[in-house]
Amino acid sequence: MRLYATVAAGGFRRYATYRVATAAGVFTNTVFGFILSYTYIALWDERPRLGGYSMDDALAYVWIGQALITVCGMMGGGFEDELIERIRTGDIAVDLYRPADLQTWWFSANAGRSAYQLLGRGVAPMALGWLAFRFTLPSGPGGWLAFLVAVALGSTVSFAIWYLVAMSAFWLLDGQGVVQVAWLGGLFFSGMLLPLNVFPGALGEVARVLPWASLLQVPADVYLGKYEGWELAGAYAFQGAWAVVLFGAGRAAQAAATRKVVVQGG
Amino acid sequence: MRAYGPVGDSLRTYRLVAGMWIRSTMTYRASFALTLFTSFCVTFFDFVVILLMFGQVRSLGGFTFAEVALLYGTAGTAFGIADLTMGSLQRMGKRVRDGSLDTFLMRPAPLLAQVAADKFALRRFGRVAQGLFVLVWGLLLLDVAWTPVKVLLLPVTVVCGAVIFAAVMVLGASALFWTQDAAEVTNSFTYGGNTLLGYPPTIFAQDLVRGVVYVVPLAFVNWLPALYVLDRPAPAGVPDWAAFASPLVAAVCCGVAGLAWRAGIRSYRSTGS
Repeated sequence: MRLYATVAAGGFRRYATYRVATAAGVFTNTVFGFILSYTYIALWDERPRLGGYSMDDALAYVWIGQALITVCGMMGGGFEDELIERIRTGDIAVDLYRPADLQTWWFSANAGRSAYQLLGRGVAPMALGWLAFRFTLPSGPGGWLAFLVAVALGSTVSFAIWYLVAMSAFWLLDGQGVVQVAWLGGLFFSGMLLPLNVFPGALGEVARVLPWASLLQVPADVYLGKYEGWELAGAYAFQGAWAVVLFGAGRAAQAAATRKVVVQGG
Repeated sequence: MRAYGPVGDSLRTYRLVAGMWIRSTMTYRASFALTLFTSFCVTFFDFVVILLMFGQVRSLGGFTFAEVALLYGTAGTAFGIADLTMGSLQRMGKRVRDGSLDTFLMRPAPLLAQVAADKFALRRFGRVAQGLFVLVWGLLLLDVAWTPVKVLLLPVTVVCGAVIFAAVMVLGASALFWTQDAAEVTNSFTYGGNTLLGYPPTIFAQDLVRGVVYVVPLAFVNWLPALYVLDRPAPAGVPDWAAFASPLVAAVCCGVAGLAWRAGIRSYRSTGS
């Protein structure tokens, strides 16, 4: 347990080293936040209450998306490139010899990264966005806490997705194709481009039950207070269930891959 | 040995390096076809958002679907061409950090051409194809009184737009000589600019529009010429003749980017590792 806490702290510190990169990221997220805000204003001007959101809710949604983009890895988990590279070069053999579980090791490192991104790249764009647009805020500390739990679960689901993607490199060696497909799924089905409850008909229904909905749509709806009491528990259960399923799949892939590596090494 | 002159030298270097990467990609043809297709889809999903928006409304900021498609298509094609040819410049920060840029400096070939063609990715053509696809779609739906000037203005817009985006990319890469970690700032002007220009200028705050006319002249990529084609007034009190100023603006951008690049090389210090 202490080992993994150290790994997580290392993940946090590693990203905290790149201050200029963080500042550049905050700048980019803020610029995109502004551009998206104006497009949403134009859309909600024409169709007030679209998707059940008021204008202020929609603007909050934009900035939550910009704040969580690296935290919940909508456009890449932030660790899979490194893991795929280790698998491709064979360095992964060293990792497998360590007296630590591979998946838990990477999960801890990613949790540290995610926590840093939330503080480093999440808070500032959201504060700047609020100053410019005065969007909806959660009702009190309880609302913020509920939101943070949903973000933590979203980050976990994101890790499980990208870990599974990285595992595919054991078979494909070049993970680029799978990474691109996962990237496409993450960008579109997380609701990063447009809230999933604005998607029409069957497309919307499918999008809302896919794992990517856990990354942004669910945390944003928790933030906006769309769930109360048991509904909130249900939202968490949705994220938790996907986390468990995808973690299990990642573990199975890892076990199958490990057997393969041993066979090749022997 | 033949002498090629500075521009010829750059083009020749670019062609050689890019050709090498294309041959290496073509070793795995099926994999290449797949990445090209995903690249097309990734950018197309971007446009699906606009389609979904127009599923809910008839116009956005007073612009119809066909008009938005023209804006999106011109910006997307211009950005796609710039990204295809210059997109690798983004990786330069890493090369400055780890010192591998020194290898490039030792070769008797122009540095900018080497870095721009580094890991040349032909799959980025997917973005150009997607931009052209939307552009043609918009043109088919548009109800415009075409004149020879308007017809001629369209290819000029796309080419000048690509040059302006490319100049911004070179400018961003020049800054990497000093701040290796700040590659993302360029993204807000390139990817961000591309997103911005895909929507009508009427929906944005007018100060923001003035900013992309007079400060970072992205409005000349497509907004100003496209508004002329659509018979709409230029935004934010910009004079109407500005619609034809894109070539001039593109030339000035290239000059500024060239100066910045030279200043960057002069200040470059190897990490020594």
